[in-house]
Amino acid sequence: MTKKPLGGYAPRQHQHQPVALYPPYRTSVKRSPQAAPLSFPTTISEESGPVFGHSLIGPLDADLLHNFGPQDVSAIGPRIVVHGRVQDQFGRPVAGALIEVWQANAGGRYRHAREGYVAPLDPNFGGCGRMITDENGCYEFRTVQPGPYPWPNGPNDWRPAHIHFSIFGHGFAQRLITQMYFEGDPLIPLCPIVRTIHDKAAVDRLIAPLDMSRTLPMDARAYRFDVTLRGRRQTIFENRMEGL
Amino acid sequence: MDTHPESASQTAGPYVHIGCTPNFAGITGVYDVDLGATMITGDASGKRITLIGQVFDGTGTPLRDAMVEAWQADANGLYAGQEGADPHFTGFGRCPCDAEDGTFRFETLRPASVPWPSGGVQAPHITLWIVARGINIGLHTRAYFADAPENESDPVLGRIEHRNRVATLLAHPESDDIYRFNVTLQGPDETIFFDV
Ligand SMILES: [Fe+2]
Repeated sequence: MTKKPLGGYAPRQHQHQPVALYPPYRTSVKRSPQAAPLSFPTTISEESGPVFGHSLIGPLDADLLHNFGPQDVSAIGPRIVVHGRVQDQFGRPVAGALIEVWQANAGGRYRHAREGYVAPLDPNFGGCGRMITDENGCYEFRTVQPGPYPWPNGPNDWRPAHIHFSIFGHGFAQRLITQMYFEGDPLIPLCPIVRTIHDKAAVDRLIAPLDMSRTLPMDARAYRFDVTLRGRRQTIFENRMEGL
Repeated sequence: MDTHPESASQTAGPYVHIGCTPNFAGITGVYDVDLGATMITGDASGKRITLIGQVFDGTGTPLRDAMVEAWQADANGLYAGQEGADPHFTGFGRCPCDAEDGTFRFETLRPASVPWPSGGVQAPHITLWIVARGINIGLHTRAYFADAPENESDPVLGRIEHRNRVATLLAHPESDDIYRFNVTLQGPDETIFFDV
């Protein structure tokens, strides 16, 4: 498909990324590296990555409404479709990308041993799903809209409603974990985790708009969340740095 | 030319296990097995080793909620997906740290050297990627083998300005086939993390 040989991955642009140390997010204080990281051009170790075939994906993996509870019983809460496209920074679709998602239930409660929120578990909701992007880099899954939840940080911090995303591109250099937020949520600008990203446009790109064109009438609303991964340069020459 | 900025990372949070290792988190019946639980899937060639370690925060406390991923070449220096790579080795492992003492563990193969883009080779290494609550963007590093003579000429280790920090990238043998690689997130023994 590609005509010219691909070079290494373009260096990460840190101005679009969160800072490691952000004291209002208290756990970052003792978990943030302080020394400068080591840079070098990507090698086969970063340009290769695990490949996951469509055979990995079970029939209900992308249907969080139904992949945990008894057969034909839906999870409780507002039904939504989340869809979007995974592309690289040069606009090329990333086909075959494994996406894993996890989230709280509609009440804001996670199914996890260390979760202490008083909101109840939904017996029909596990909270995980996965899918692989198609040849155009597109993906889609069904779930319930998660609720906001309080968390132990400041005396009264609430996470905006969000879905966690883990994405594998083609090279390990593209590995990314992020969170999708929902358009219109007033908690977004208040959240210390969101505020670890100092570039407002970068935050806005994590906010999924309502997408009426993909809404399923009388069934589910739709939200669109596009993801951009790092990309490889088109030519090997740009990446050749002598003496490294 | 960049036309689209990379999406911003956000922390994996305390519940990363729900999405990445649901069986470990007690959410059974959704996926048969957790992704990356097995790196050796058959009669793979090469020396079997176990890579273990812990991830320590700036107070010296091991993280009990981190997740570590490993990506490495096989015993012939080939990555899964490359022509001739060992069909019984995935090269990819994923391990949730132990809920009590924070230990991670990979049952794997000792990798061979792999090429360096402008010629020569890189010493055997295992790429590690660490995510957890409080880590806003996944941390990328490498475990080299302290007993590997190839380290002498490794181009990455050779670039490290503060030579006393090279040791933070070395996995040390605890026995013939167990190597320990501890990660320190912050402080005087801080592991070298990569911007690559
Ligand atoms: Fe969350």
